[in-house]
Amino acid sequence: MPSYSTNEFRGGLKVILDGEPYVIIENEFVKPGKGQAFNRVKLRNLRSGRVIDKTFKSGETVEAADVVERPMQYLYSDGEQWHFMDPETYEQYAADANAVGEAAKWLKEQDVCNVTLWNDAPLLVSPPNFVVLRVVETDPGVRGDTAQGGSKPAKLETGAVVRVPLFVEEGELIKVDTRTGEYVSRVKE
Amino acid sequence: MAEEAPRPAAAGAREDWRPSATIQALRARAEILRRIRAFLEGRGLWEVETPVLSAATATDPALESLETRCRAPGAPPRLYLQTSPEHAMKRLLAAGSGSIYQIARAFRDGEAGRLHNPEFTILEWYRVGFDELALMDEVEALVRAALAEFRELPERPFRRVAWKAAFEEAVGLDPAAVPAAELARVARARGLEPSPALEGDRAALEDWLLDAVVVPALACGGPFFLHDWPAERAALARLRPGNPPVAARFELFVDGIELANGYHELADPGEQRLRMERDRARRRRAGGACPPADGRLLAALEAGLPDCAGVALGVDRLVMVALGARSLAEVLAFPVDRA
Repeated sequence: MPSYSTNEFRGGLKVILDGEPYVIIENEFVKPGKGQAFNRVKLRNLRSGRVIDKTFKSGETVEAADVVERPMQYLYSDGEQWHFMDPETYEQYAADANAVGEAAKWLKEQDVCNVTLWNDAPLLVSPPNFVVLRVVETDPGVRGDTAQGGSKPAKLETGAVVRVPLFVEEGELIKVDTRTGEYVSRVKE
Repeated sequence: MAEEAPRPAAAGAREDWRPSATIQALRARAEILRRIRAFLEGRGLWEVETPVLSAATATDPALESLETRCRAPGAPPRLYLQTSPEHAMKRLLAAGSGSIYQIARAFRDGEAGRLHNPEFTILEWYRVGFDELALMDEVEALVRAALAEFRELPERPFRRVAWKAAFEEAVGLDPAAVPAAELARVARARGLEPSPALEGDRAALEDWLLDAVVVPALACGGPFFLHDWPAERAALARLRPGNPPVAARFELFVDGIELANGYHELADPGEQRLRMERDRARRRRAGGACPPADGRLLAALEAGLPDCAGVALGVDRLVMVALGARSLAEVLAFPVDRA
C-alpha cells in the first residue's frame, strides 16, 4: 500500500485516515528544542468537506489515497445513480446521490463535469462553473420593470430554482453560475 | 518542500539565487548581533570559538546530528556537526575560562519549517557562580537590549511560571497526576486530534499540549519564562531536591516562540554519564543512530566544572521576534531550500 511519511506532507496531498479520504490543506512542522517533533496538519474530508486538525508524530506514515480528478461527460440518471463517461477512455462511471450531492440540480445531459475518483469510484461530482438551462416555470414577466432590478423565482429543466430578472420568460435559456446559484444572463438560441 | 527544477532561460531566469530575507531584515540581524556582543562584553564575558565538527555529539534522543567524513591525519574518520557548542564550552569552563559566550552555527537533522532550519545561529553563554534564576534576569536584560526600538515589550518583568503551574493554569491539570488518556481528552476538547501513535506516547502528548495549548495561552500575557521542569525533562540541568525533585531548567517564550533554553548546569560526572547512557539505550531501542558518549566532556566534568548556569538562544528566532516575522525564511539569507 503506498504511503506518505510526515516529511513528505504538503498541501494538496491526498491521504486516508480512519478509512476516509482527506486532502492536506496545511502542514506545520513543530518541535520543542528538547522534545519530540510533530506535524500539525489541517485536512479536509473529501466526502463531507469537513476540516479537521490532526497532529502526527514526525516520522509516522499515512496511507496514500488513490484520488484523481477528471473531466467527464454526464450521460443520464436512472433515478438512483448518475452515469458519467470519461471522454478519453469512453469508460463509464456511476455516481450515487452521496457523490453527486448538490451538483444534481445542475446536471444536464452532455455537460462536462469534474469527477473526483477514489479507488476508481466517483467520490465527488463538481458541476461546470456555468451551465445553460431552460426555464420551465416562472410567472409572466412585467415589461419595463428592469430598472427596479426586481426578480422572481424560476424553475429550470433540471429542477433547480433560481432568482431571475422579471423579463425572463418560460421557455428561455439562461446562464447560471453554479458556485453561487445565481442568474448570469439570458442566452440566445 | 518540493525541489524547484531550474527553469530554462526562455521562461525567465531562475529567481532562487535571491535571499529569502530582505536586505533590510539582514541589516537588522547585523545590528542585533552587534548589540548581543556589546551587551555580553559589557558584562565581562569574552567570546570564544570552538569546533563545529566534533568526534562526539549530543546523545539527547530529541536531537539528530548531521555527520560528515574527514580524511585529515589525526582526525576521526567520522565527525558530527554540533547540535550546540555546549560540550566544547563546558570543557573551556572546566579549563578555567571563566564566564564565556559564543555565537556559532548549530545543525540539527530533520528539522525544517516555519520555525526550523537544519542550520541555525545559536548564542550560548555561561555564567560562573550563577544559578538559573540569576541567569533568567540576564537573559531578560539581553533580550530587552537586543529588541529595543525594534518592537514594544511590556515594562513589567517577564512572567515566570513553573512547568506544572503553567499546565494547571492553561488546561486545569498536572500532567504527572493524570493518565495519558486524560491528556488526549483535554486536547480533543479543544478541537485537536492526536494520531494513534501520538495518543500512545505520554511524553509526546505533554510536548504537544505544551506547544498547542499551554504556550499559546500564556503567550497572551507577554513574554514568559517556563521554569522548574519535570526531572525527566532535565536534559543537562541539575536537579533541585524536593518532592518531586525538579530540573533547574528554564525556557523563554516571546510571542509564543521558544527563544532560549537554560540550566543550572549539571556538574556531576557520574550523573552525566548515567543520563548519556540512558539516552543511548533509548536510541538503541528506537533503532536510530546511537552516537557515542562524549568522553572528553565526561573527563572535563571529572576535572571539575565550576558551579555555573548556561543558556542557548536562537538568534534567528530573536530576529524574527524583533521584526514580527512569521517565518525564519524572512530573516535568513538563504534557508535550506535555497542554500
